Amino acid sequence: MRKFDYTTVFFAIMGSFLVLFIFIPIINLMTSSDSNTLISNLEDSQVISSIFVSVYSALFATIIALLFGVPLAYILARHDFKGKGFIEAIIDVPIVIPHTVVGIALLLIFTSTGIIGAPLSKIGLTFTDAIPGIVIAMLFVSSSFVVNSAREGFENIDPRMEKVARTLGAGTLRTFYVISLPLALRSIVVGSVMCWARAISEFGAVIILAYYPLVAPTLIYQKFVNYGVDSATPVAVILISLCLAIFILVRVLMRGWRTYDKN
Amino acid sequence: MIKIENLSKVWKEFKISNINLEIIDNEYFIFLGPSGSGKTILLELIAGIWFPDSGKIYMDNKDVTKLSTENRGIGFVYQNYMLFPHKTVFENIAFGLNMRKIEKNEIQRQVEDIMNLFGISHLANRLPRNLSGGEQQRTALARALIIRPPVLLMDEPLSALDRNTREDLIQEFKHIHKKFDITIIHVTHNFDEALQLADRVAIMKKGSVSQVGDIDEVFRHPKDEFVADFVGTENIIKGFASDGNDSLTSINTGNIIIESTDKKTGDVHATIRPEDITLSTDRVPTSARNVFKGYIREIYDLGTIIKLTVDVGEPLVLILTRQSFLDLELNIGKQIYIYFKATAVNLF
Repeated sequence: MRKFDYTTVFFAIMGSFLVLFIFIPIINLMTSSDSNTLISNLEDSQVISSIFVSVYSALFATIIALLFGVPLAYILARHDFKGKGFIEAIIDVPIVIPHTVVGIALLLIFTSTGIIGAPLSKIGLTFTDAIPGIVIAMLFVSSSFVVNSAREGFENIDPRMEKVARTLGAGTLRTFYVISLPLALRSIVVGSVMCWARAISEFGAVIILAYYPLVAPTLIYQKFVNYGVDSATPVAVILISLCLAIFILVRVLMRGWRTYDKN
Repeated sequence: MIKIENLSKVWKEFKISNINLEIIDNEYFIFLGPSGSGKTILLELIAGIWFPDSGKIYMDNKDVTKLSTENRGIGFVYQNYMLFPHKTVFENIAFGLNMRKIEKNEIQRQVEDIMNLFGISHLANRLPRNLSGGEQQRTALARALIIRPPVLLMDEPLSALDRNTREDLIQEFKHIHKKFDITIIHVTHNFDEALQLADRVAIMKKGSVSQVGDIDEVFRHPKDEFVADFVGTENIIKGFASDGNDSLTSINTGNIIIESTDKKTGDVHATIRPEDITLSTDRVPTSARNVFKGYIREIYDLGTIIKLTVDVGEPLVLILTRQSFLDLELNIGKQIYIYFKATAVNLF
């Protein structure tokens, strides 16, 4: 039998605290509703539509984050330039700002009289109390996951591999599509899932910008405030089950995904 | 022909300063230098991966300084092969042809041909991670050569391989050089590779070229202490040179007087390669101008050869085969005679 020294045993005991601290409440929550209540909640159109709004808006936010985040990640991975540290800091700022503050900051700009909201409202795009508002609130708080993860993926590709592709006749954009992007795809997908999950869980910024249409976290909050914890719990169970299911599915898929990080 | 004119580039800690060089068609040219001497970045400048800060590069008398990599058509093989890990051996080799939009059947045919040539046909559907170092290197070579580049650049192509594979590949390189009618520019820090492969070498030091010439020329007649040191000249002796008898130069080291065919006067360094010195236990008649009596100071057993340090007033290193070492019954302190020709003494 393997023997562990005292330090390892001690550290393992200390470390298991955090694991249990996260694990127990989740398991407790998931087993706290009986199936009849869950089923009746699943038949409640308000619950279903709020979950739909959450999932759908988060997906949209993730797509936008990918569209703009991947090119940024590639630049950050491949180039050194003046002000790079500043850009990196900006990308990470949403992690440290309180989310209600994010909501206020976005509201000031995207309200129908704000500097971005005003011109966009003229073409019929409103943000306050509308899906676009939910999407931008989610985008703000979650896009850094895509950028950072994709960047890590690109940094793991030896630049010389791209150089070889170029000597063989591939232009820089072509090289990106046939070499860099496929090799970084795993990191990009991981980042996207994190981004999407973070977007679904956003509450603070969303309620300030768009209380309605209700997203699932807002509905849970509303039910809790109006009818108490018993009413909020089933919705919470449904939401967490959905998130965990997707999380586990992606993990399983990832395990089968060949990694090329280290040649 | 590749002509490099006043080429300079600074990138991070690497520097290329004012390099001038001509590489002839179908030449096997080796840049030799310690790590950090700027060899790789010089290759990448030739390939067009970087643009120089100043200076020009000509290929076949055309200025290609501003031509992008993908339009230069130069083959490039890196130390760690840089095979595309998500593509099979076949797909890796076919890459250059795919970029040129060549017809599928033709690609199939050409890739099969070149895989046969390198003896890697059986690996066609394998991914690079499942290949040995030698197999990866052959795949990388095939991938670079299939576009029929006029010039092949190789950056430390043998450094990551074990000795046997390295020997095999050296033969392969010689073969490729003949068969493909190609100019090869090869970068290494390993002098043996240069000895076995190069038509000419350039010794690089801190981003500039210290000496260019035939391998033999650089080997026998290093131009300065750095080159001498780098090519493994063990005997470097300081002395004062003046005109001697028979139109030879005589170098007084303070302890002994050495004769050389090189023409120099004043303070000089004399170098003598260890393998140019012969040794005997009794004085024998010889045509060599330099004969000294001394004793053995140190013996290093290097396996098949034995390295000796002898003291003849100056310490000199020489090498013997194991057999002659045993035949001569040498040991430390034993009195010996050494001989070397005036032509073996290089001065700088």
